[in-house]
Amino acid sequence: MEHPKRLLALIGPPGVYLTLFFLLPLGIMAVFSFRAGTIGEARNVFTLEHYRQFIANTAYHRLLWRSSLIAFGIASISTLLAYPLAYFLAFQAGERKLTLMTLIIIPTWTSYLLRVFAWKLILGTNGLLNTFLLSLGIIDRASPILLYSRNAVMVTLVYVWVPFVALPIFAALERIDRSLLEAAADLGCKPWQSFLRVTLPLSAPGIIAGFFFCLIPTLGEYVTPLLVGGGQGAMYGNLIQDQFVRALNWSMGSVMSLAMLLAVIVLLALFSRMGSFSKLLEL
Amino acid sequence: MEKSRFPSFGLLYYWLIVIILFLPIFLLILFSFNDSTRLVFPLRGFTLQWYRQLSENSELIRAVRTSILLALGSSFLATVLGTMGALVVVRYEFPGRNIFVAVAALPLVIPYIILGVSLLIMLHSLGVRLSAWTAGLAHVVISLPYAMLVVIARLVGFPQNLEEAAMDLGATYWGALRRVTIPIIFPALTAAFLICFTISFDEFAIASFLVGTQPTLPVYLYSQLRFPTRLPLVVSMAAILMTASMAIVLISEWLRRVGQTPQPKKK
Repeated sequence: MEHPKRLLALIGPPGVYLTLFFLLPLGIMAVFSFRAGTIGEARNVFTLEHYRQFIANTAYHRLLWRSSLIAFGIASISTLLAYPLAYFLAFQAGERKLTLMTLIIIPTWTSYLLRVFAWKLILGTNGLLNTFLLSLGIIDRASPILLYSRNAVMVTLVYVWVPFVALPIFAALERIDRSLLEAAADLGCKPWQSFLRVTLPLSAPGIIAGFFFCLIPTLGEYVTPLLVGGGQGAMYGNLIQDQFVRALNWSMGSVMSLAMLLAVIVLLALFSRMGSFSKLLEL
Repeated sequence: MEKSRFPSFGLLYYWLIVIILFLPIFLLILFSFNDSTRLVFPLRGFTLQWYRQLSENSELIRAVRTSILLALGSSFLATVLGTMGALVVVRYEFPGRNIFVAVAALPLVIPYIILGVSLLIMLHSLGVRLSAWTAGLAHVVISLPYAMLVVIARLVGFPQNLEEAAMDLGATYWGALRRVTIPIIFPALTAAFLICFTISFDEFAIASFLVGTQPTLPVYLYSQLRFPTRLPLVVSMAAILMTASMAIVLISEWLRRVGQTPQPKKK
C-alpha cells in the first residue's frame, strides 16, 4: 500500500463521522429495542417483550406487507414510465440530450414537501383534475375519492420518482456501444428484435438500479402518506413515526425500524447480486 | 438509424412528462397570486397580498434563517468530508475500500425515517438537547454521498501527474492538494456544495424528528399546512422557494460542466 499515512488522514474524518452519526445510532437503536421502557427504571430492564409483541401482532405484518406491495408497485410503474423517457433522451434527443435531461431533473430539486402538497391541489375535490374532467363532461360531479387514498399515494410517489429512476437507465443506455445496434441491423435484426436482444439486456443494470433506488426508500416513506394518503393510504413508516411521536413507545419503534432495516438489507443484498454497486458508480 | 422512425412519439412523451413534472410547481405559483384563502378552482383574481404578508411573518423569517444557516453548515462539512472520501476512493486501493464505499453510499437508499429515529434515540440517550444543529448532523450524513459522487466524477478525469509535478517541484502532498488539485476541481466542489445545500434546505423527513423547538423551513411549513387560512402564505413561500432552488440547480449544473476536464473525443 502506498502512503498509508495520507490514506489514513483522508479516510479518517469521513470514516469517523459516518461511524459516529450513522452506524453508531443504528447500533444504539438495536440496544434500545431490548429495553423494557423509555424512561425511569424500565430503561435498565432488558426484555424480548417488544419482539414478542411485534411477532404476535398480525396487523403490523399486514401493514408491512401492504407497504412493500405499494413500494413494489410504485417502483415498477416508475421504471416502466422512466424507460421510454431515458430511451428518448439517449437515442433520439441528439445534441440537446443533456439540456433535456437537466429539464427533467430541475423539478426534483425543488421542495419535496411542497410538490407533494401541490398534488392535493390536483387531486382534491375542487382540484385541477376534477375541474378538468367536469369541464370536459367526462364526469358530472366532482369526485372526492381521488385524494386520501392508496392510489393518491401511488400517483404522487410515482411522480416524485420517475426522474430519479430515469437517471441510471439513461446512464446505462448511454454506455451502449452504438456499433452493436448497427451490427444487429446488418445481421438482419428488425428494430424491435435488436431492442429486445441488444438494447434491453444491455440497459438491464440501469433498470435494476433505478428500480431498487426507488423501491428501498419508498418502503420507509411516511411523509407522502401523511399528506395525501389519509387512513387508507397509511404505510409502515407511519406506524414507526407514531411510536416515536404519539405513542412514545421508543423500544417498540426500534423493533419496527430494525424490521424495516432488515428488509432494506435483504433488498440491497438482492440488488448487489443482480447488479454491481461499484459498476454503477463507474469506479 | 432505425430509431428515427418514431421520433415524434418519443418527443411527445418527453414533453408530456415534463409538463406533468412542472405542473405542481406551476400550480403553486399560480395560486400564490390568487386572491382567495381557498386553494380551489376557479381562480378569484390577482393579488400580491400573500407576498406582502410573508415579509411580516416573523416566525417564518426565523425558520428561513435557521434553514439557511443549517444548510450552509451541513453542506460545508459534507463537501469537505465528501471530497476526502472521493480522494480516497479514486486514488487508493486498500482492503476495506468496498466497505467504505458501501457505508458512505448507504444513506442514498436507506429510508430517512430510520436515520431520523436512530439519531433521535442516540441523542436522547446522551442527553443532548434537540435543535436545528442536531438535524444538521443527519443532513451531513445524507448529503455526503452526493458530494462524494460529484467530486469522484470530477477526479476520474483528473490528471494525477499535476500533483506529482507539484511534488517534484518541492510541494508536500498536502501542499499539492491545496494549491493544485483543489483550485482545479473547485467548480465541482461548488456544485457539490450547492447540491448538498438544496438537500439540507428541503429535507423534512429527518428534520421533523430532530429539530426540537427550532423549526427549519420545511418543518415550519408542514406545521402550517394544518391551518387552512395560512395556506396561501405557505403557497407563496413555496413559489419563492421553488424558483430559488431551480436557479441554484441551474447554476450548479453549469458549474459542474464548466469544471469538467475536456475528455478526448470518442470515435
